[in-house]
Amino acid sequence: MTDHAVVGRPGPRVDATSQVTGHTEFAGDLTLPRMLVGGLLQSPQAHARILGIDTTAAQALPGVVAVITGVDLPIAYGILPVSQDEHALAVDKVRYVGEPVAAVAAVDEETAERALGLIAVEYEPLDVITGFDDALVTGTRIHGDDAGDNVHRRAALEFGDVELGFAAAHLVREDVYFYGGSNHAALEQHAAVATAGHDGKVTLRSSTQIPHYLHRTLEKVLEIPAGRIRVIAAPVGGGFGGKTDPFSHEIAAAKLAMVTGRPVKIVLSREQVFYAHRGRHPVLMWVKTGFDPDGRITAMHFRSFLDGGAYGSYGAASLLYTGALQTATYRIPNYKFEGVRVFTNKPPCGPKRGNGTPQPRFGLECQLDEAAADLGINPVAIRRRNLVTPYSMTVNHLRITSCGLAECLDRAVVASDFHAKHGALPDGKGIGLAVGSYLSGAGLPIYWNDMPQSEVEIKVDRGGGVTVLSMAADVGQGSTSVLATIVAEVLGLEPADLTMVTADTDLTPVDLGSYSSRVTFMAGNAAKAAAERIRDRVVSAAADELGLSADAVSCAGGRVGAGDDEEKSLSWVDAVRVAIIRDGPLLGSGSYRAPDLVGPYRGAGVGISPAYSYSVAVVQVDCDRDTGHVSVEKVWLAHDIGRALNPLLVEGQIEGSVYMGLGEALFEEQNFRGALHRGPSLLDYKLPTFLEMPPVESILVETIDPEGPFGAKEVGQGPLLPVIPAVANAIHDALGVRIAEVPISPDKVVAALRDVARGGGGRLGPVSVPEYDFGRLTRVDPPAEFQP
Amino acid sequence: MSDGILSLTVNGDTTQLVLSSSRTLLEVLREDLALTGTKHGCELGECGACTVLIDGIAVLSCLTLAVRAEGSEVTTVEGLASGAVLHPLQAAFAERGAAQCGYCTPGMLMAAKSLLDSEPDPSRDQVEQALAGNLCRCTGYIKILDAVSLAAERLR
Repeated sequence: MTDHAVVGRPGPRVDATSQVTGHTEFAGDLTLPRMLVGGLLQSPQAHARILGIDTTAAQALPGVVAVITGVDLPIAYGILPVSQDEHALAVDKVRYVGEPVAAVAAVDEETAERALGLIAVEYEPLDVITGFDDALVTGTRIHGDDAGDNVHRRAALEFGDVELGFAAAHLVREDVYFYGGSNHAALEQHAAVATAGHDGKVTLRSSTQIPHYLHRTLEKVLEIPAGRIRVIAAPVGGGFGGKTDPFSHEIAAAKLAMVTGRPVKIVLSREQVFYAHRGRHPVLMWVKTGFDPDGRITAMHFRSFLDGGAYGSYGAASLLYTGALQTATYRIPNYKFEGVRVFTNKPPCGPKRGNGTPQPRFGLECQLDEAAADLGINPVAIRRRNLVTPYSMTVNHLRITSCGLAECLDRAVVASDFHAKHGALPDGKGIGLAVGSYLSGAGLPIYWNDMPQSEVEIKVDRGGGVTVLSMAADVGQGSTSVLATIVAEVLGLEPADLTMVTADTDLTPVDLGSYSSRVTFMAGNAAKAAAERIRDRVVSAAADELGLSADAVSCAGGRVGAGDDEEKSLSWVDAVRVAIIRDGPLLGSGSYRAPDLVGPYRGAGVGISPAYSYSVAVVQVDCDRDTGHVSVEKVWLAHDIGRALNPLLVEGQIEGSVYMGLGEALFEEQNFRGALHRGPSLLDYKLPTFLEMPPVESILVETIDPEGPFGAKEVGQGPLLPVIPAVANAIHDALGVRIAEVPISPDKVVAALRDVARGGGGRLGPVSVPEYDFGRLTRVDPPAEFQP
Repeated sequence: MSDGILSLTVNGDTTQLVLSSSRTLLEVLREDLALTGTKHGCELGECGACTVLIDGIAVLSCLTLAVRAEGSEVTTVEGLASGAVLHPLQAAFAERGAAQCGYCTPGMLMAAKSLLDSEPDPSRDQVEQALAGNLCRCTGYIKILDAVSLAAERLR
């Protein structure tokens, strides 16, 4: 069924041996001669003016080499050009408990800790803003000195006419949902090691998903040319979006190395990781949807309220993402989105796996089950009747290409025996279903430019050795192995034959970073193009040597020639030598830039992607009516992967997504008492262990996307999305209660059951959203196929 | 804290170290012996990333003072392979995709080794119980369970 040798074959990661022997060198594992240990002083205040910082005693402590504060790093930065609102060390104000205020470099950790304790900061406390109610009204502002509200961004868009759609509806539901915030809790704590040479060159090795953007940020805040800065992303010990911003410790380490002339290492403690955060935004949602008698959606009005924490981070994008992908799974002929993101005095939220899309997906998929029940339709049928079709446009101008959603639905339903179980399992047991979709890479770069989003270079030495250079950072997802698979396939080699050089701004050509599930699709296409250039040169030279036409020559099994005939082929090494003799050094490059897909409205840059993955989750649960404890018995996850380049890695991403989704559905919450984190530790922050993890049946659906490398699409984020609502829907099937907020902790289940016992409807969750004016509505004409 | 001379045997090599009695085994392994295969994820005994063996028993090296290991045989992930030949657990982890980011992997391997040394044919439940103190955020644990089962089979 496939004529590929490497593509489609399950295989280990190219770095697997290094990983299992303990040789993989993470940033925190590095030690350099004369290296100093850096530390960050963090604010105990949630919101306060800094009146003064006295570092005299700390500077005087023997073993302390340097102390820096906000005045040493006065330039503001932020990952998005529209949100340049952060400082590496607080200037004038602190905005959350845990915000870095000063940094020290000392001969050892103990001395650094003592020095931090000797820094005296005088604060003038300000009003503390912790939620929507106080953030949306006029009061003390977190950003800006004047009185006002604490709105960061807002959006109001309408496609088609929702009022017409509601008027034509047979059923209109209005529901409110809440999705709690969560931390990535990657097992590796963030770490950075900086050096500054006598030549003025600064090198930063860091656990970062975005070496290119970090490079640009350092250029800005350190005020030295990009060519004098080298950023190397060490292998990242888990990212999930948590290492996708430039961080205080990275910038402080670089500055301290410049000040001291010695290497400086800063490793965040687990507590500091919870403060650095950038995790899932808590989102309050109001969803109004109209349905015809058969369950077809006539209109949807979606409002979202995002608690962004103290800084912008990716929030301007996260806000729009809460409204962007509802239409990527269901044909919604009239759609209105209104959203607002507020600042609060809590650690900044940012991008976590699915950035801004799991929250609305939860609301939407719960509501579909509720509407199906109202209409007397089963949960599969209501979804099937609304699915988008392949190769179509959505009402908000997303271009859909390959789409295996219907097949995912069919196969997940059959594999789980959903129809026989739904509504029919013994009391306390239940089964639920949901669907989702995600980008194969954000269509636009973070900063506007016309350059490629991914570039790959390949060089081949005289011994036939192939070195692949790409800035893509492997964060555990296996991007390096995926690129090796693609190049090996094109050149007729094995992935293990290749030398992969990645994520180094001095050596590797730009890739924008490991976020938005973009690497397989974008860097993969660039790698394929680069490999094809190498192949074409080798094939052409070998064809001449063999007296064959180039059309008859291919690369396969480490040989270049016509089929298996030794007489009519050269070994890879000989073919490479012939190519070098003929045309000089054997170098090839390739690049990828997504097609221009931006729709005709402001905000259309968020949500577009060259291709979308699709997922269907079925979750079976066993609930305890007395304790409210929910045990997940099994998960079936069907995923439209386009093409599985390496099914072993694809399964791993699906299983990991299911795991993280179950954690968010049932356990994980970045929880605060006022502005104070309730438990910034892995003991207090409950996450699933081996004991909570059910078996997962992964079902791979291949749709061979016309623009993906060998037809591949993403898998790192999409499979998480439907898991959370599928859990909620399964609990409803088991107990008849609708828990309209996550995490669905046992106390909420018990409270909903008590409500039922008292004659209530068994719905638990917020009942209303704040009154808020989302500003001027932008009305956008839908694509032609939606015009009446 | 007072400094003292400690004789530590790690992966078969005995080293004399001068160090403070307050230092943890994790710190000494990583900082004094450059055995950075052993990881830290919390330094509070919550994640299992720092798991090593002391006389074959899995311990959290972040909660163990280095002096506690004197006179014992410490085994870290660097001591698991025999030269270039991977331990069956290592080979199985690599083959089955049990490592994604690989950060929990050394601790996971050591906890699994401790289990298989005492129980060569563990049930799925026994594996889950034995490894429940080792957190992984990437894999959902499924391929780790596969790998431990495969290694157990090959070791028998």
